[in-house]
Amino acid sequence: MRGVRNGAKLYVVDPRQTSTARWADGWLGLDVGSDIALANAVGREILAAGLENREFVTRATDGFEEYRLAVEPYTLEYAEKTTGVPASLIRELAVAYASAPKAELCWTLGITEHHNAVDNVRALINLALLCGHVGRYGSGLNPLRGQNNVQGGGDMGAIPNKFPGGQDAEDPASLAKFEAAWNVTLPRKSGWHLSDMFAAMERSELDTLYVIGENPAQSEADQQHANELLRGLKHLIVQDIFLTKTGELAEVVFPASAGWCESEGTVTSSERRVQRCRKALEPPGEARDDIVIMCELARRLGYEWPNYTPEQVWNECRSLSPWHAGMSYARLDELDGIPWPCYDEQHPGERFLHARLWENPVGGPRAPFAAVAHDPPVEALDDEYPLRLTTGRRLDAFNTGVQSGGYRSPMRRGERLDISPQDARSHGLREGDRARVSSRRGSVVVPIHIDNGLRPGLVFTTFHYNDEVATNLLTIDATDPQSGTAEFKACAVRVEPL
Amino acid sequence: MDLHFNSAAPDDAACSAVDALLGPPSDERGADARGRRHLLLPALHAVQERVGWISAGAVNYIGERLMVAPADIYGVATFYDLFSTKPRDPTVVHVCDDIACICAGAQAICEQLESSAVTWERSPCLGLCDRAPAALIIAAGESPSATAMAPVTASELRNAVGADLVGRNAPTTHVGGSERRLLRRVGRVDPESLDDYRAQGGYAALQRAFELGPDATIAQIAAAKLLGRGGAAFPAAQKMQAVAAAPAQPHYLVCNADESEPGTFKDRVLMEGDPFALVEAMTIAAFAAGCEHAYVYVRGEYSLAAERLEGAIAQARSAGLLGNLAIELRRGAGAYICGEETALFNSIEGKRGEPRNKPPFPAQAGLFSKPTLINNVETLANLLPILLDGGTAYAAIGTAQSTGTRLFSLSGAIARPGVYEVAHGTTLRALIGLAGGVTQGRRLQAILLGGAAGMLLGPKALDLPLTFEDARAAGATLGSGVVMLFDETVDLEAIVRRITRFFRDESCGQCVPCRVGTVRQEEALNRRDFSLLGEVGSVMRDASICGLGQTASSVVESARANLGLFAERPA
Amino acid sequence: MNAADVALTVDGIPVTVAAGASILDAIAQAEIETPTLCFLQTLTPVNACRVCVVELEGARVLVPACARRAEAGMKIRTDSERVRHSRKMVLEFLASTVDISTAPAMQRYCAQYGAQPQRYGAESAKVAQPVKIDNALYVRDYAKCILCYKCVEACGTDAQNTFAIAVAGRGFDAHISTEYDVPLPDSACVYCGNCIGVCPTGALMFSSEYELRARNEWDEAEQSQTDTICSYCGVGCTLTLHVAENEIVKVTSPIENEVTSGHLCIKGRFGFSYVQNRPEEES
Repeated sequence: MRGVRNGAKLYVVDPRQTSTARWADGWLGLDVGSDIALANAVGREILAAGLENREFVTRATDGFEEYRLAVEPYTLEYAEKTTGVPASLIRELAVAYASAPKAELCWTLGITEHHNAVDNVRALINLALLCGHVGRYGSGLNPLRGQNNVQGGGDMGAIPNKFPGGQDAEDPASLAKFEAAWNVTLPRKSGWHLSDMFAAMERSELDTLYVIGENPAQSEADQQHANELLRGLKHLIVQDIFLTKTGELAEVVFPASAGWCESEGTVTSSERRVQRCRKALEPPGEARDDIVIMCELARRLGYEWPNYTPEQVWNECRSLSPWHAGMSYARLDELDGIPWPCYDEQHPGERFLHARLWENPVGGPRAPFAAVAHDPPVEALDDEYPLRLTTGRRLDAFNTGVQSGGYRSPMRRGERLDISPQDARSHGLREGDRARVSSRRGSVVVPIHIDNGLRPGLVFTTFHYNDEVATNLLTIDATDPQSGTAEFKACAVRVEPL
Repeated sequence: MDLHFNSAAPDDAACSAVDALLGPPSDERGADARGRRHLLLPALHAVQERVGWISAGAVNYIGERLMVAPADIYGVATFYDLFSTKPRDPTVVHVCDDIACICAGAQAICEQLESSAVTWERSPCLGLCDRAPAALIIAAGESPSATAMAPVTASELRNAVGADLVGRNAPTTHVGGSERRLLRRVGRVDPESLDDYRAQGGYAALQRAFELGPDATIAQIAAAKLLGRGGAAFPAAQKMQAVAAAPAQPHYLVCNADESEPGTFKDRVLMEGDPFALVEAMTIAAFAAGCEHAYVYVRGEYSLAAERLEGAIAQARSAGLLGNLAIELRRGAGAYICGEETALFNSIEGKRGEPRNKPPFPAQAGLFSKPTLINNVETLANLLPILLDGGTAYAAIGTAQSTGTRLFSLSGAIARPGVYEVAHGTTLRALIGLAGGVTQGRRLQAILLGGAAGMLLGPKALDLPLTFEDARAAGATLGSGVVMLFDETVDLEAIVRRITRFFRDESCGQCVPCRVGTVRQEEALNRRDFSLLGEVGSVMRDASICGLGQTASSVVESARANLGLFAERPA
Repeated sequence: MNAADVALTVDGIPVTVAAGASILDAIAQAEIETPTLCFLQTLTPVNACRVCVVELEGARVLVPACARRAEAGMKIRTDSERVRHSRKMVLEFLASTVDISTAPAMQRYCAQYGAQPQRYGAESAKVAQPVKIDNALYVRDYAKCILCYKCVEACGTDAQNTFAIAVAGRGFDAHISTEYDVPLPDSACVYCGNCIGVCPTGALMFSSEYELRARNEWDEAEQSQTDTICSYCGVGCTLTLHVAENEIVKVTSPIENEVTSGHLCIKGRFGFSYVQNRPEEES
């Protein structure tokens, strides 16, 4: 908002007219799942107006011609019809974005919780490449992380295809480095991500699951099905600070300590800043530090692991991950965190990435365009399920509410289904009425809230109050094949007054 | 960045009043609405006039239309006395109980109204001191009205509430003096007729300015050695030049017509009696300083002046006499502090009328943080004789340092109260003589010179020549040209206490020295503990943000120094 | 010294500051302490309290050090009789009007400047009023409010852009208020607590602190303060956990922190309870 008051232009692309959208220079209230149609139309419009950064495109990118051809069909007329956004507004955004000296695209789960999440992201990357809005301070692409260590988890190798520091898990040199350091033989192939694991359970190829700090029994799409699979496991081990619903299904539960206040360590924020967490409280009862639990488990499995200190573990990471090499605990303390990459103890960390694209000649490989096509949500609307349900979050709550349910937020109003005034009228619903919401997978009962920021045909709710309203009974487990993210943002429902 | 509105819904009358101002609601974008904050006071006025008070629902509706948070609007609405955020009768009688009216029996009116069914409030000076005691009846509704009545009795007020007041809002103030330059048309011209104005010499000065061009126009004003009449006596040409030369665009012109200094009514007389002259003068000033947008901020209580000015602006506009200059009239809403120039800017911008720290000065960053030329009505009115007669001829009037004529508002114990124009250098005694002298059979006890922010003087001061320099040398100020006479029957300590109450009431509350100091000063007088007055006065004078706090102790101090009041008991 | 730097003197001591710096910065450079109440480096100066006023040679009145830019050649006096008197009076005015029992900085300034608030008499006007307790997270005790505007700025354009509160009324009656004084749960408040973070007098206070103080169990000397990172989202806000007897009693954020500038959201500021809603204590 400070930027907006200083004259920055703000355009909000969101199916809902959020409060941010109300302040914006323009609100593009698109139909759920039409992001690529919109992005491609913006790209086409930029090209049609000759506003692309031709010099940057030529010098620093690959695949422009394919991209140009791919966006050609995305005329303003087509986009208006497909996205529901007026053509004039699409053109305005295209001109504003391309003409700005600096411009940033920020997004969150509205882009990534779709069956074609990666394509959605690539459609946005295309726009940044087209205008050269990347690799410079104040420009760029910014996925805003919803959890304090989503970035760090991936950076530390808690994803199936990477070692710590973004090193490829199938790259022979990386494999050799980590095998030497750890004195083990590592699998040659990447592992499974979460959705793959559930698919493997379905195929009975996975019968043991060790879940640390996650609550898939409530957070997975198509919850009923997910629970059946979890119940079918041979061994389920849960390590958590709460006895979660998943924990209740488990055979073994390790009570853990809260990472941010009962133990030492690091997390990595949305801006790639590695920061120190410090212990302020003694954990309750038998709860133990995650490292202690894992070391103990290793010993029970026959390895002679001492109880490593968090700093020892971190220093091992630094020795193996060039991104983190320069981040000693002392420096992290002194600098209030350091954004990676930070190659040595003199390096301040990079404020932004991809500056190499502005070197002449380009440092490293050119940035590729990716021709991507509009692909509507898996579940189309029909007479039986005529409304689009999209899910999201509210300010004072966090995910399944396990943590945020613990404090007395005056803003907490319980779960509600937000519905447009028009749809409320046509369904005979008034504020506070209870309604049954059903999808092909399940149904829940939820109070109605009439929201002027919703367009007709769209309803919204959260999944913060699982014990009251298990929203993920409704959502669809169609997932993106590349990222494994489920399409939480789009399913078809029907609403009936009770 | 939430904009949260609670469930309070507006009534239809409030909505339609707001829509009449802003147009019907449409899909306005946040960015558009963000730029319309300055319409907040007009929107509040619209609701107040239509409904008689501003409900939570109305605040929500205005907030949604202008993208301003309800708490913020509430903060603004509660700053201004003429807005009510509590339900009340549509018709409210505002009884002036300020110094001139108190001397003329206002207290009795208040007491009589107290025992009646009439909804009434005490008001600070209404600028009708020449016909004290005065009152203003404000009636909300489909055809709202604001009717000034003076002199008035309690029974007249009781009868007037609910009666048809159309056409009764035409007070006439006696005008006189030894020179009639600024006042030359007042009382002689039809204030609603452009043709009559032109027939009496109107628009010749603008013609002259066009012939000269902006630079030479400013040079004439410089040659005239015109000093601002608002109280600070700053060279007018210098301000104009600074704005003309300011690189930032756009430039704004603001006419300060928020005349609220107790005892002052000369700007009201100019605006009511010769409104085209002010419009012409503003056009000249805007031309000279390169302003395409001008505002005239008229005191909220001055409904007739506002009406006549609106008419004059509209007629001048349709006659093509404004060129590309847009003049907007904005009305204050009952806050003396908005006469302070930076508070006035905030008020036009739709904010609480809290003064800003200076620097930056208006010529650098004024209205909407842009270079702004701000002058009061009388200063601008002087542009006409300067251009018609030439700067040198103008400078020949008055004294070498205080050129031209000056308007004085004479009231209190005087034979013919009114607005008098004299050349600078005329003595106080001669000025009072022009008005027929002290009321027959009375003995002069004291004179308030310059207003509530001015000084109390004893009869010994009668030979003071009325110039900036002589006033300064005498430790006084001409201020806004108030000359209020008190005879021997007046309880001067009560007058001073009323003035200290005025400052307590009118302090904006922003800075501690003024917010608390004005209260501690009043308390000290009330409990007759005079030992702290000096210390309280000095922190107000030294450390307040603006002129209000800096002068809030002047009258007390002058009463002690010149009249021997509030003397500390020997220890 | 850069070409743009500004040289001036403070109490006769020559100092040089960067262009755009305030007189307050220049005074700090001379290693002279200036009392401030409404000033905070993360907020736009409102120069309302006037306790930082200094004498500027050539100026008719005193000038606020926090809001006035340093200019080349300025001669500043911070120790003149006029300055000391104005500061003392401002402190007396405030201390005779509000309850400063939870404002240690004000108490220190009052002692330093010899303020005697009692000399205005017991009958002098105060802002005394009942404490507002309308939600579970924080209390508003406006009897302690010196109207420094900081909470309004933090709620508004300087940090949160929520605009739940504003200054309402005028003069001595000016006060911080929601629209029509509605309770916070009916207002726009999002409970970020940034107003608490900037309040200099304890008028705005965590309920946990308020309750401990009411039981006479608030002892800052016995509390530990630990900086860590908020567990909730990807912004990476530094939280300072104030802990007494293994319980978090208050959460703040360092004002100089690059990520937060001292500001947090409801989850970071108040959402900590889940680590101490321990079953054995509930029973």
